[in-house]
Amino acid sequence: MTIPDTSATPVPRDAEPIKAIPVRHPGRWVAIAVIAVLAAMFAHLLLTNSAFQWKFMLQNMFRPPVLWGLFGTVSITILAMIIGVVLGVVVAIARLSNNPILRGTSWAYTWFFRAVPRYVLLIVMGNLGILWPRLEIGVPFDTYLGELFGVQAHWRLFGIETRDLLVGFWVGVLGLALSEAAYMAEIVRAGMLSVDPGQDEAATALGMSRGQALRRVVLPQAMRVIIPPTGNETIAMLKDTSLLIAVPVTRELFFQLSAIGNRTFQVFPMLIAAILWYLFLVSILLVGQYFLEKRFSRGYGRAAQAKMKLEGLAAEHGANPEVP
Amino acid sequence: MSDQARHRAPEDAAGPMVRAENVHKAFGHVKVLRGIDVTVPRGNVCVVLGPSGSGKSTFLRCINHLEKIDAGRIWVDGKLVGYQQKGDKLYELHDKAVAAQRREIGMVFQRFNLFPHMCALENVMEAPTQVKGQSKAEARRRGIELLDRVGLAEKARNYPSQLSGGQQQRVAIARALAMDPKLMLFDEPTSALDPELVGDVLDAMKDLARSGMTMVVVTHEIGFAREVGDQLIFMDDGVVVESGTPRDVLANPQHPRTRDFLSKVL
Ligand SMILES: Nc1ncnc2c1ncn2[C@@H]1O[C@H](COP(=O)(O)OP(=O)(O)OP(=O)(O)O)[C@@H](O)[C@H]1O
Ligand SMILES: [Mg+2]
Repeated sequence: MTIPDTSATPVPRDAEPIKAIPVRHPGRWVAIAVIAVLAAMFAHLLLTNSAFQWKFMLQNMFRPPVLWGLFGTVSITILAMIIGVVLGVVVAIARLSNNPILRGTSWAYTWFFRAVPRYVLLIVMGNLGILWPRLEIGVPFDTYLGELFGVQAHWRLFGIETRDLLVGFWVGVLGLALSEAAYMAEIVRAGMLSVDPGQDEAATALGMSRGQALRRVVLPQAMRVIIPPTGNETIAMLKDTSLLIAVPVTRELFFQLSAIGNRTFQVFPMLIAAILWYLFLVSILLVGQYFLEKRFSRGYGRAAQAKMKLEGLAAEHGANPEVP
Repeated sequence: MSDQARHRAPEDAAGPMVRAENVHKAFGHVKVLRGIDVTVPRGNVCVVLGPSGSGKSTFLRCINHLEKIDAGRIWVDGKLVGYQQKGDKLYELHDKAVAAQRREIGMVFQRFNLFPHMCALENVMEAPTQVKGQSKAEARRRGIELLDRVGLAEKARNYPSQLSGGQQQRVAIARALAMDPKLMLFDEPTSALDPELVGDVLDAMKDLARSGMTMVVVTHEIGFAREVGDQLIFMDDGVVVESGTPRDVLANPQHPRTRDFLSKVL
């Protein structure tokens, strides 16, 4: 038996690089051929059918009313997301509070707005003016209370014509924001629950109030869970602005494109124009999303990343975001 | 105010820092604390020993009202914790008042619980600036001083994930000290550490004990108990089975359960 000489320091040695013949993949070439033929057939369909009217489409998809609608779509998306996120955070905090009334109310809120389809909600909101032509702030049930005590009661502070309040644009923003807040509340709640309870405890033990602990300690850490699905929600929101035709909102991309299509009896080219515009807008968001995901999924394993991606896509479809 | 001051004055000056009287606590049907009586005089170090599940952490968390007790009373620095006694009626304190009481009680956790999105110095500065309204400059000066005291001045800009467990725990001690507490609670501060990192944390705690801080320490470090403990209590199944000076209890345990436990950890 020999004892290895441990005192000698190992010396790096040169090695011959491997020169091997790579494996051939004939299947790939077959697949490429099949796809090329299918693509050519599709192009043939698009280019030879005169109903597409490519020239007409190109002439009309950049006209001022369309760009005005496009600007409206982008603004509504941004406004609805901002209001939706802020309201969602409030609802999520209420949902996790110790106060049973707040907890119940926020639960009912998410239940209602998750159950009602956005399209239906927007139609209803567009028609609210029929139900209450005038909105007034005052004592609830005032005339009934007055009858009870035998006096003429009309205790109102101020009022406003519903028609003035519910002009299309803002109804659209409000409807989408209210609905979005329900989904954001679930996302924010899941994010807050993902933070180690020891964090809240440490903050509390230092004498922080509940609000301070949430704002300074819990929410910043919940962000890495909250931000990626919020990107998906933004993409979904952008697409859902096309539902605003139900209110109706005129300052919106799909409304303007449809209007041109209906007026000129060239419906189909304008529908293709809508698809191209949405492809363009969503592509921009997808680029942003890619960087956000890269930034915020750091430190998670591949399986966890895939899970986040799936949850995000489910959210984008309007399915219930998964809550642990 | 003067009335209150007159009531409290004698206790403040000479009374114990912590007095627990017949403390009970249950989680659902599980009775975790079943009548704890403990008195910790000012400047003393009280070491709490006991098997897992005996209620040590729960008792510690009751002292700063992270858990609400079901029966009994706890006073810290002569003031009832979490409640206010007016005549023969007991009133729950408002969240704000409870938070104010907690400011005076520092707590160090087994799992450190540093804020991972803040660097070491920001962790230490957070409570003084947010809770006490201290200026940033003042909090920074004090924060660096405290980090220096636990031997981590040069790690001030490191995030918790860039620190070893022992360093994280010392930052956690500095963070608690930044509020100038009268009392420090330690819940197994070295149990999550690799053996070679335990010493630095214990040194910081010994230093603190020598400076006159009143401390309640749950630990299995018998050497620490013997060296700096003024008093040792042994808990089992929600009651204090045995108490006395560490030297006496460790050398000559009276109760069979204490003997049994010590034979396992020594
Ligand atoms: N929030 C809670 N809800 C329900 N049961 C709890 C809760 N906290 C603690 N317990 C139970 O109370 C008992 C005592 O727990 P405690 O953490 O005080 O023990 P311990 O002495 O600190 O133990 P260890 O040495 O393992 O830390 C355990 O049985 C535990 O399961
Ligand atoms: Mg414990």
